[in-house]
Formats: sequence, C-alpha cells, structure tokens
Amino acid sequence: MSAREALLRVEDLRVEFPTEDGVVHAVDGITYEVHSGRTLGIVGESGSGKTVSSLTTLGLTRRQGARISGRILFGGEDLVQLPEERLRAIRGNDIAMIFQDPLSSLHPLYRVGAQLVEAVRAHRDVPKARARERAIELLELVGIPDPRRRVDEYPHEFSGGMRQRAMIAMALANEPKLLIADEPTTALDVTVQAQILALMERLQRELGMAIVIITHDLGVVAEMADDIAVMYAGRIVETAPAARVFAAPEHPYTWGLLKSIPRLDAPRSEDLMPIPGTPPSLISRPFGCHFHPRCPYAQPEHRRIDPALRPVPDEPEHHVACLLQAPVRRRLWQRVNSGETPAQALAEAGLPGAPA
Amino acid sequence: MSASERADIDADIDAGVRAGADAPAGGPAQDAGARADEPLVRLRGLTKHFPITRGIIFQRRIGAVRAVDGIDLDIRRGETLGIVGETGCGKSTTARLMVRLLDASAGEIDFEGRDVTRLRGAQLKAMRREVQMIFQDPQSSLNPRKTIGSIIAEPFAIHGLLREKDERKREVQRLMETVGLNPEHYNRYPHEFSGGQRQRIGVARAIALSPKLLIADEPVSALDVSIQAQVLNLLRDLQRRLGLTLVFIAHDLSVVRHMCDRIAVMYLGKVVEIGPNEPVYEFPRHPYSGALLAAVPVADPALHGSDRRLLSGDVPSPANPPKACRFHTRCPKAQPLCAEVEPPLEDKGSGTLAACHFPLSREEVAQMGVRSAR
Repeated sequence: MSAREALLRVEDLRVEFPTEDGVVHAVDGITYEVHSGRTLGIVGESGSGKTVSSLTTLGLTRRQGARISGRILFGGEDLVQLPEERLRAIRGNDIAMIFQDPLSSLHPLYRVGAQLVEAVRAHRDVPKARARERAIELLELVGIPDPRRRVDEYPHEFSGGMRQRAMIAMALANEPKLLIADEPTTALDVTVQAQILALMERLQRELGMAIVIITHDLGVVAEMADDIAVMYAGRIVETAPAARVFAAPEHPYTWGLLKSIPRLDAPRSEDLMPIPGTPPSLISRPFGCHFHPRCPYAQPEHRRIDPALRPVPDEPEHHVACLLQAPVRRRLWQRVNSGETPAQALAEAGLPGAPA
Repeated sequence: MSASERADIDADIDAGVRAGADAPAGGPAQDAGARADEPLVRLRGLTKHFPITRGIIFQRRIGAVRAVDGIDLDIRRGETLGIVGETGCGKSTTARLMVRLLDASAGEIDFEGRDVTRLRGAQLKAMRREVQMIFQDPQSSLNPRKTIGSIIAEPFAIHGLLREKDERKREVQRLMETVGLNPEHYNRYPHEFSGGQRQRIGVARAIALSPKLLIADEPVSALDVSIQAQVLNLLRDLQRRLGLTLVFIAHDLSVVRHMCDRIAVMYLGKVVEIGPNEPVYEFPRHPYSGALLAAVPVADPALHGSDRRLLSGDVPSPANPPKACRFHTRCPKAQPLCAEVEPPLEDKGSGTLAACHFPLSREEVAQMGVRSAR
C-alpha cells in the first residue's frame, strides 16, 4: 500500500432503517477517507448519522435490519459485502472501537484483566498466562497505576477515567490499524478528558494508527483532528483540514456551530448566536437543502435544489454542500464572524432576507 | 381567593421586571431599600455527610461520604453565581440542600435572614415557593403522562393559586410564551417536544411562581450544541427581565464564564476559590482552578500543541478525603505544610478568595496553559 493510499475509504455509504413510521435515512450518501497516522474528526449533533456510519463500518448495524449500500474499503476488501465471520476477524483486531460510556461497555461481573485477556485471545492463539502478561502491559501503556494489582479488579473498582483507559487498553490489545472513538470523553470530567485525549495522541504517535473521533464538541476536534467532516441530517455538509474549518468555514451550519459556543480563549461576548429551530426528522427530511429551514441565508431556490458536496474554488481539500456562491459565502462569514447578526450580514451582501 | 393571589403574583413579577431593568437589584420593590445589600442566601458551614453502612439487619455506620464539607457562600440578589467542579465535588448536593431536597447534616442556610435548614410543613412549603430548580435531564424531570399545560400549572396546584381554570390556563400560556413555546401546544405531551423545548418547559415550570432564587443544575449539558445556545440565551434573558437570582451549576467552564457574574470552584466538598468572573478566569490563584481551566479544550487548532500542564490521577474518594488541603495529593505546588494545615479561604489580593498556602503567580498561570488568562 502506498503512503497516500487511504487506510479506510468510505464511498457513497447509505444506511436506512425501515420502521413503522417510515424509512429513517440515518446516513445518506457519505464519502470520506482516513489515512494511517492521521485523525479524522466527525462532528455533528444527535441524529446527524455520525455514530451510525461508524457502527456500520464495523458491521454493527446489520442485525438491526438496516439497508446498507455503498462501499467501505479497508485493506482491499469491501466491509459492506464481507461475511460476518470474516468481519469478526477484523473487528477488534484491525479496527477497534471505543464508546462513550465505559461503564456499560465493560462487563460488571468479570475482572478487568479477564476482559482484556479475552480481547487478546479472541484474535491471537496465545496461552492464558501470556495473554495476562499482555493485559498488564496494556494497562501500563494506558497509564493505569499499579497494573499488576489493578488487573484483578472489577470495573466498579475503577474510576470513570480509569475505565475509559481500560477500554482504550482493550481496543489496543491487538494493535489495530484504525481506532474509532465515539464520543470517548463525553462522560468524563474536563481534567480526565484532557488526560484521555493526551493518551490517545501519544498512542497514535507510538503505534501509528489512524483515528476516527466522533464528537459534538468542537474543542475536542480542534485538539485532536487533522481533518474534519461536519455532518448534518445524514450527510457530510463540509469537510476540510481542521485549521481551515475553524479559520475559514464555508457552510452556514458550521458557522452556526462555531458561533453558538462560548469560547474560553476569546473575550466574554454579550450573546450567543444560536441556530434557530431543531434538527429535522430523518424520516421526512426537508426538500432541497436539508438545512434550509434553519438557515438564515437560505434563498427561495434552496428549497428546491439539493446541494452536492463540491470543492471550494482554489481549495481542493475543502468541500462544502451549499448553494450560496463562494464569494457571497466569504463576505457573509466575515460579517458574521465580526459579530454582525445574520440579517445585517445579508443586507451587506445584497441578498434578500430569508423568508420567515 | 384567587383574584388577590393573582394580584400578588403580578405585583411580584412587575416588581421583578422593574428591578431587573436596572440590574442587579431584584426582589419586590418595598424590600429593595432595606435589604438590597444583604445577600439573598447565606450558607454557613453547610455540611452534608451521607452515611456508609454495613450489615443488613443490624446496620452499623462505618463511615461517611463527605459530599459537602463545611462551605460558606453568599448569593447576592440579582446575580448569577456559577458553581463549577468535577464529579463528586459536591456542587449538585449543595443545590439540593438549598432547595431542601436533602437535609443538611450541619450548618445553616440563611434565606432572607431566616435559617431554613430546619423548616417543616407549611413553612417549608412557603419557602419552596421562593426557591425553584431546573434539572439536567428534561426527559426524566417531566411526567410523560401529563400534558405540558398541567405540568407547568403544577406549582399553582400545589400552592393553591389561580384556582379558576381559565385564569390558570391563561397564566400557563403566558409562561409558555415567555419561554418561547407555542401556547397552542398547551395540550401536548412531553414526548412531542424536542430536548431543547422540554428544557424550556422545565424553565416555565420553575419561574411560574416568580421565585426569588432559581437553581439550574447542569441545565444544558444534555442538549445539542445548537440548542444549548438557545436555552442559555433564554436563561440570561429571563434573569434580566425578571430580576432573578440564579445559581448556575455546570461542568462546562466556557458556558459558566459566559453566564455568570461570580464563580465558586469546588473540590471534594469544599469551596477552593471564589470571586467575580474576570479574576477567576483571567488570574486564578488556586492551583486546582488553574488546572481545571487549562484542561478545557478550545475550538482553535492553532492553539493545539501549546503546552498545557495536565493534572495527574483522579479525584480522591470523598469518603476518605486527604487531610488538610484536600488538593495536596494532586497539586504540583504542594509542600509539607499543605498536608498539615488546612488553608483558609482568604483574599489573595487579585480579586478572588482562594484556599491555598501557595497561590499561583501570573507566570505560573500562563505556564499552565490557561487560555482565558490575561
């Protein structure tokens, strides 16, 4: 595999769940790549499809009756088509995942060490004693003090931060090429969150794995990610290198996210600029641009035309799905970023206001 | 009967609005002259120990979780006081003690000059009219079998106010409008609303009786980013319009900075630092406040990689907290003195009170990587 070839390439992935109320379009044609040693941050709110897309990568949505189309290419194989037993050999071995809530991801009745041993022996034919040594080694790697004693403790004897460290240890048991972390620090306190993020970065440097981190927290992606994909209503609406997403965001939804969080490193501002309304139902999504009902800059034709994810002029690595013209978008963002309201920015840009 | 009570409430609200217009006063107008400078609430030596017992039939007490361990705190009229700290620091227990959802083990809660820790029956009920709470999870704090109208009207029912049906409905619809809900949705059920709207219902219920003190315990942490800002703006707006005194408890330090006039930082049941917003964020003196601020990830990749001093280890168990200064086991500046003598909460000359023998210097704050430092 050449250096530039992606470790994971997701192509036009669609995941739909038929329900009594209608078809839930959880993931609606997303494409992205992850390279070895790099971190992709997937940002979005609840119901944006960020978790479903990653669960599907590991084949974990199959049993829920999902209709899956598209391709997930990993190591020359399409994971969407792979039979279950082959996928089991990859899951926890080449691709590992850590979840938000470490307490419910660990079995309460088994010692932490036993669960680590199981993770090792699921993929490696090693004697128990060797696997136990490996378990102690892993606990040490993730910074759990006194691992020889801790290996025989139960999950309830671990603190929240230690449990998440144990989950990371388990994910790393077989030195995966790709680690998918779904809101890995959401349940943790800030000081512990900082420790876990630093740990993930250190391990990435040492082991060279790729990381996909899924989060709603823009601070966390800013710390961790090399590239960012912003998801809304099952689609990627903007993707770019991390620095560009924060310095020159192109999608009004990304603007909304950036302007609706108070920042610790900026002067204390008067009021936050929330995104009006609520995310749409994934059963009956709005026509045209899915974001138009909440977009202060939407024009009449945006209710009919569904924008595709296209490169931003002169920025081949920056893609956005927005119907506004690039120069108009830039003017608007400059205005909004300097503290003007969307209505003021629209007037300056010479655009009619969005219909109420 | 209801007409006079109604007038009473209206007068309260009007007074609140007037007082709110030129913040930070608050409370009914006739009180303003006499007690405007007096804090609304004074906590003195407030303590809550939860017993740890062993045995099923013959329960023996073998220890205690010292959730809140002797805190002194003033809450001023019309201000927003933020309480921050990590899991187990006692911030939520403090809130529950103030609304008397829990009974204090020791200490006083002085509400408008009266100790309310021992109130019972009718007096307790009267006090609860003045103190309302908004909870973290809008899903579990609303009864799924009741309509929004009856949920918001519940406080009136409990206190026997607005007995006339039409009147009560009008008031509830007015409240719904105040918090940005469509009054026509009066007969809908909680599941028909989104998370942000449910939190608005919780807010409407909490302000129904025009309380003097509103306590919000992690009011936005269960909400999506884009919705959080809506609820934060609503709370700020209401606080100004109604002249409310707000206690805002949260773990998100950026949100607390945005919302609060004064901040109290708690660690293992103690207040370790307290002061107005700017000094706490720009020049924290307690090493724990500094570490907490340094740990916040900020949405700017350019700052990434800059040095941050991370705390090691976990918060010790509140059942067996370290002696003297409770932070000494994790503190980068700890000296032998810190394990022997508990530092008092005192003025450190930069605008905050801090409980530390060796407070941080400006250089140290900068070195730690506190992004709000000035």
